[in-house]
Order: sequence, then C-alpha cells, then structure tokens
Amino acid sequence: MTQATTLADLSNLMTYSAMLVLSLAMIAFFVSFAQRRTSAEIVRERVTEPALVGGSATAHVDADPATGEAQFEPGRRAGNIAMALTWVAFGLLSVAVLTRGLWAGRVPWGNMYEFSLVSAFAVLGVFLAVSLTRDVRWMGVFIVPLALLTLGLAVTVLYTEAAQLVPALQSYWLVIHVSAAIICGGGFTFAAVTALLYLARDSYDRDTRAGRALAPLARRLPPAERLDSMTYRTIMFTFPLWTFAIVAGAIWAEAAWGRYWGWDPKETWSFIAWVVYAAYLHARSTVGWRGRRAAWLAVAGVAVYWFNYFGVNLLFSGLHSYAGI
Amino acid sequence: MASQTGSGPAPGATPGAESAVDPDAAALTFTTHADPMDKQAGTPAGLGPLGWMRWLWARLTSMRTALILLLLLGLAAIPGSLIPQRTSDAIAVNQFVAQNPELSQWYERFGLFDVYGTPWFSAIYLLLFLSLVGCLVPRARQHWRLWRNSPTPPPRRMDRLPAVATVAVGPKALDVAEARLRQQRWRVRRGTDWVAAEKGFARETGNQVFHFALLGVLAAIGWGALAGWHGNIVIREGTGFANTITQYDTFTAGRFSGSDALPPFTVQLQSFDVDFERGEAQRGAPRNFDARVLVTDADGSTVTESFGVNDPLELGNAKVYLIGHGYAPRLRIRDGAGDVVFDDSVVFLPQDGNFSSQGVIKAPDARPEQLGFRGIFLPTAAIDPELGPISTFPAPDDPAVFLSAFAGDLGLDDGEPQNVYELDDTGLTQLGLRALREGETWRLPDGAGSVEFTGVDRYISVKVGSDPGGAWALAFVGLAIVGVCMSLFIRRRRLWVALGPTPDTVVVAGVARGEGTDMHGDVDELAAVLGPVRSAEPAATRDSPSQGKEDGAS
Repeated sequence: MTQATTLADLSNLMTYSAMLVLSLAMIAFFVSFAQRRTSAEIVRERVTEPALVGGSATAHVDADPATGEAQFEPGRRAGNIAMALTWVAFGLLSVAVLTRGLWAGRVPWGNMYEFSLVSAFAVLGVFLAVSLTRDVRWMGVFIVPLALLTLGLAVTVLYTEAAQLVPALQSYWLVIHVSAAIICGGGFTFAAVTALLYLARDSYDRDTRAGRALAPLARRLPPAERLDSMTYRTIMFTFPLWTFAIVAGAIWAEAAWGRYWGWDPKETWSFIAWVVYAAYLHARSTVGWRGRRAAWLAVAGVAVYWFNYFGVNLLFSGLHSYAGI
Repeated sequence: MASQTGSGPAPGATPGAESAVDPDAAALTFTTHADPMDKQAGTPAGLGPLGWMRWLWARLTSMRTALILLLLLGLAAIPGSLIPQRTSDAIAVNQFVAQNPELSQWYERFGLFDVYGTPWFSAIYLLLFLSLVGCLVPRARQHWRLWRNSPTPPPRRMDRLPAVATVAVGPKALDVAEARLRQQRWRVRRGTDWVAAEKGFARETGNQVFHFALLGVLAAIGWGALAGWHGNIVIREGTGFANTITQYDTFTAGRFSGSDALPPFTVQLQSFDVDFERGEAQRGAPRNFDARVLVTDADGSTVTESFGVNDPLELGNAKVYLIGHGYAPRLRIRDGAGDVVFDDSVVFLPQDGNFSSQGVIKAPDARPEQLGFRGIFLPTAAIDPELGPISTFPAPDDPAVFLSAFAGDLGLDDGEPQNVYELDDTGLTQLGLRALREGETWRLPDGAGSVEFTGVDRYISVKVGSDPGGAWALAFVGLAIVGVCMSLFIRRRRLWVALGPTPDTVVVAGVARGEGTDMHGDVDELAAVLGPVRSAEPAATRDSPSQGKEDGAS
C-alpha cells in the first residue's frame, strides 16, 4: 500500500513540477512573441507598408546571412528556451499521467481531474508534434497558457483522489471513447486558437487597407490565409474523429444503459458540437459564410465542447455524472 | 488546338446546364459541383403558384438554408438539456411541475418536457433532411454524368491553370505521359494532341455516401422505434419473470411490433452481488455488479447466466440490461389471530447514495383489522441528530428497518388501483413506531399482531428490449464515417498534357481541389519525366497553395 500511495503522490508532484516549468515556458513565449517579426513578414511589410516598418526592418538585415532566414527573427532565443521548457513540462506531465494510470491500474482518465490532466497533455502533445515539422513557436504564446489554465483548474477545483472505477466505466470503451474525445478536445482547441488569431489578423488587414491600422500585435501573426487554412485542416482531421467518438459513446451507452441514444445532457451537447462543426465545414464552402463567419463557428464549436465538459458535468445531473467530479 | 469545344460560356456562368460540361469553366472553378442555390439567384417576380413552388424548393435546397437549419437544429437541442425530459427522467419532470405549476403550463404548451419528440423539433430535422435530399439527388446525377464524361479535354488557355510547366520535347512525349499516368492509375483520355487525366472522384462519392448514410441512420432509428419493444421490470432475489407483456411494470412497443415479437423465456434471479468502495477515496461508490440468473428457454432447457452493467444478457433478439438495484428486506407479519398473513421480501426505493430506502408493506388478509406499514430500510444504520435514522454506507453491514405500523381499512376493497409504494392512511390508526434489527420481532400493541425482520434480499431493475434498427444505424454510421473521411482527405486532381504553342514543346498543367492541395508536385514530376523543363511559373506565385476553389463558386 505504501508503494501505491507513493505512485499517486509522485503523479501529483510531477503535475505541480510540470506546471512550474510550463509557467516559465509561458513567460519565455511572451518575451519571444513580443520580440517577434518573421522574415516573411518583413518582406511583406517592406512591400505593403514601407512607412510603418522601415526602421525595424533594416535592423534585422544585419543578422548573419550564412545561418539562414531564421536568424532574422529577434524572438528566436527566447522562443527556443520556451520550446525546450515546454518539452521538459511535457516530459514531466507524461510521468504524471503514467504514474496516475499505474497506481489505479487502468487508463488515467476516469474522472474530471484525470481527463483535464490528459487533455493538457494532449494539447501540448499536438503542439509539440506539429512543431517538429514546422515553426509554430508563435503559437506557444496561446497554447501554453491554455494548458496551464486546464492544469490549474484540474489541481484546484477538480482534484479527485485516485480510485477505482464505477461499474459503468469498467469497459474497454473507456479507452476508445474517452481517448478519442480527449484528442478531439486538443484538436478543436487548437483550431479555435488559430480561428481567433485569424479573426485578429483579418481585422488588422482590413484596418490596414482602410488606412487605420491599430493592432500592432496582430502584425506579428502569420498571414490570415494561412491561419484560416490551419483551422480548416485541424477541423478536417478532428471532425471524423469526433463523429467516431460520439458513435463509440453510443455503442457503449447501449451496453451500459440499455439504449444507444437518450438525449442525456452530455449526448445532447456533443450532438450540438457535432452540428456546429458540420456547419463550419459547410460554411467554408458557402458564399457569404466563408472567412469570418466560418471562423466564428470554429470558436463557437470549441465553446460548446468545453461547456459540454465543464458545464454539463458540474451544472447538470445526468448519466455522465459519476466519480465525484 | 487544345480545346475541342466551341465557344463555351465564361467560367462561373450558369451551372444549371448540367449536361454541357464546359472544360474551361469546369477546369478552373469546378462549377459543375456548384451549389444549386446559385441557379436561382433572383426573386420570383410575377410567378404563378408553380413558379413559387420552384422558387421555394430552390431556396430550401440551397446550402445557405441547409446551414441555417443545421444551426437551428443545434439551438433547438439546447432546451432539452436544461429542462427535465419525460423520456429520460419522468420523476424530475413531476418534481418540476409540482414546484413551478405556472411555468410548467407554458412548458407543456411548447412540449418542452419532451423536446426531441415535439413537432417543432421534428420539423427542423425533417426540413433539413428534405433540403439534403433536394441537394443530393441532382448532385449525384451530376457526379455520375461527370464521371462518365471524364476526363475532360484540356481548357483552351492552359497557362491560366494554377500549375503549369512547359517542356522542350516533341509530340512523342504524349505517349510517354499517357503510359506513365495510366501506370499511376489516373483515369486517362487521349486526344489527337493532348492527354487528359483525372483522379480523386471518390472525394465527391464519399461526400454523397456520407450524406445518404445520414439519411440511413435516421431511417434505421425510425425503424427501430416502429419495430422494437422494451419493458422495465423489478426482480427480487429468488423471484423471476416470464417475457410476456403483462409481467412488465412498464412496456412500450412500436407499431409494427406484434405481441409475438417477444421471445418466450423466463428469468429467475438467483443472487445479486455488489461490491462497494471501502477505501478513503470515493467511499461507497459501487465497484462491481454481478447478477446470477437461471434462464429457461421456450423448449424448457435451463442455463445459469451472469450479467451486469456493460455486460447485458442476450436472449434471442432481446437483451436484458441492468438498470438499477436496491434492497428488499424480508418481513414476516402475523395478525391478531397468530396467522402468518405476509412472509416475503418487499422492494424499498433508495433515497440517497447510501441506500437509505423507503417502502410500504400491506397485509390485507390480517384479522381482525388489516395491517399496513411504512418503513425505512438502512443497510448500515445510524441515527443522525438532525436527520434522524440514516444509512452511512451502502453495503448491508448493520441493517435495520424503521417501521411505522397502521391498523384499519387499507382501502383496497373498492377495486381502485393503488401505488404499491404509498400507504394511504385515511381510515387507518397508527399503532406505533419501532426499529428492528435482523431477527428481531415487534409485538404490535393491542394484540394486533407482530412483525419480524427476517433478513435482507436485494432486487434489480432491468430493462428488457429489442431494437431491430440498432444494427442498421451502426452500419450506416460506419458508412458515414468512411464517406466523410473520403470527402475530406481525397484530393480531386486534373492533369493535362498538350502540345505547346511552339513546335517541340509540350505544356503540362493541372488543377486540384481540396485544402492545401496544389498541383505543382504532380505537374513538375511529370514535366521532369517528359524532358527538360523550359519554363515553369515564377516561384513567387507558389507561396500560397491553391485553396478556396471549392463548391459554390459565384
């Protein structure tokens, strides 16, 4: 028993350590973002807005040309430190998740605390995986605070002692259905962040065209078109998985509760999320809806997703409320 | 020299002319898959009833209407999660009505206690599916036609395509290109001075499969409701039931489900075991359910089975699901004459997570007066200074019943049905109150009789049912997932090779649809195979991959 308690305690210790490292990473990301200006943008800005950035653009050209374009970027050092810290936090979090699962002898997503822990782990995982092939350090400034917020809620509001599962959760569908839902949460959140950034960047572009550019932070974002495309691609992968997650839930519900669909609040809100993302995919190919309206749908979708998680679990009583919180 | 059609309309013009697939327009904008709404842009000025119908139909089947209906469906689903629903929790509805009688009348008027069965909710999804059909059928026809006519000849101005390369090579290159494209499993068509190739028709096929499969899911759910049946029943340990309608506490059958739909079997509950968490964390939470039953089939053969949550019992086309459980204390009641007038277990309904339970026992055969009891059963009994008798743990560690005895007329003789869980105390006089441990007997005052608490049984509540639509719904939903993946991940590509504007050159060009799809890879690869590339477009234009060339170009 002492050894088992040690494992659960170790998991908690690792979670707190990960949060500490993640806080440092967040600060580094903020510094990096504040200093940031990509080479592509410098070229763009030189062409489109010479008056605005003339001074700073020339300053960057002094960078060592031999080491390539990336040297243009002044936020690079802080960005690298931030990424390294994020990797460390991710490593600590993986130990936290692993030890929690080992202690309980099951998958580590049996209650809201564990689900949040693994969600933060998944969001960081998606972010780090994408960072291996392309430079998405600028996204860290948005992703890392989100992960930190999730972890903070997990350890304060949602904390539950590690324990065994109620019979309704004792099913291999827990592995399939919930892991799919967690990955979808990561994907939808990622897509909502890019959608919001798209909206910010698009507003900035409009203001620029109208001759009244005000938001200098938005200038440091990638082009609106690229952000829009990132949102779409993320949802493109997440939507079929979300469909699968709902279907897996229905199959499980049939075995556990005797019906595959009963408009339980959780079922209702996952259906609403599905409908919103279906609407997003259609909106993107409908005149008058693509662009800003579609982006707002991507944001609404993630709001529904997270309401389905926090709101439905904490406010409503339904078949999905068990294991404390 | 490249195009074989005459003067086609400008790109983006009337896609309503479905049969005439103009290669230029089709190649550049994929207008052949345009949103049908675009064909009816104007308002119907001075149209007859038929014209109005047509206009309405065009509106209904437009993507914009479908989008609005989709969002409306999501919005309409919300109240059902905020207001208790009869279908999932009838008790909560009754409580709500008792607490808010005024508001409930209004809720009732709009069907808000059964949102998903109301006409207005049905209207939204039926309109949505109608819109879907109206959109899909012409699109399917178009897709078929396009597939038959493909690959289309190259457009006249190949240099206007998103990816172009010119290769310095003679006409022989067409043969090389054709062979290579066929080898790479493109759909290839050869003209005198051109080769056309297409790939990725499955993108649109998947799209159609997805939407038709959704219709299938709806049909399967409807079929399940019409042809299925289900009933609920409570079984105490040592008792059982036969699978006939009259045995069920509640029973629902679809219109097409005859009474012969119920497979004949009987189920006898031999034992029901529950393990509860005894550790610190989540103390009292259930950990394991195990119901052991003796099943007798139609032919008289018996078999012992075990089932629980997540593990329903399958009997013929029916399934038996474990829905709930509780305690049924056993009581032996003797009347004033000393005759045993009641000796059985009684279902007590749990009131909290520790199974403090309430129940009623009626002994109409007792003489000289009928006897009735209101009882509280506590699996682990304790007395709370404020709440009174209460259970502190759900397992029967220290069981006790608190009984309140009544004598008089139970009111059963006038033949009106009574709730077995309620005791109407008009016409009854209370004899007293007493707590009993297992094995204890309470001699009632005035020689009215006695009551003995002989032991504790458990009961389970089960749902028995058959849903012939379930397997179909699952099959269609699987098809829908395959379809949506095809429509999202398959890239639709067109590639042409044609003799160039100058002798001894060949132009390779392509167009693609799908996010992040660009044809430069395909075009460059093929061009490199054919010969020395003389000119490709300037690299600057390649920064942003082609996108937005999707349906509904206007």
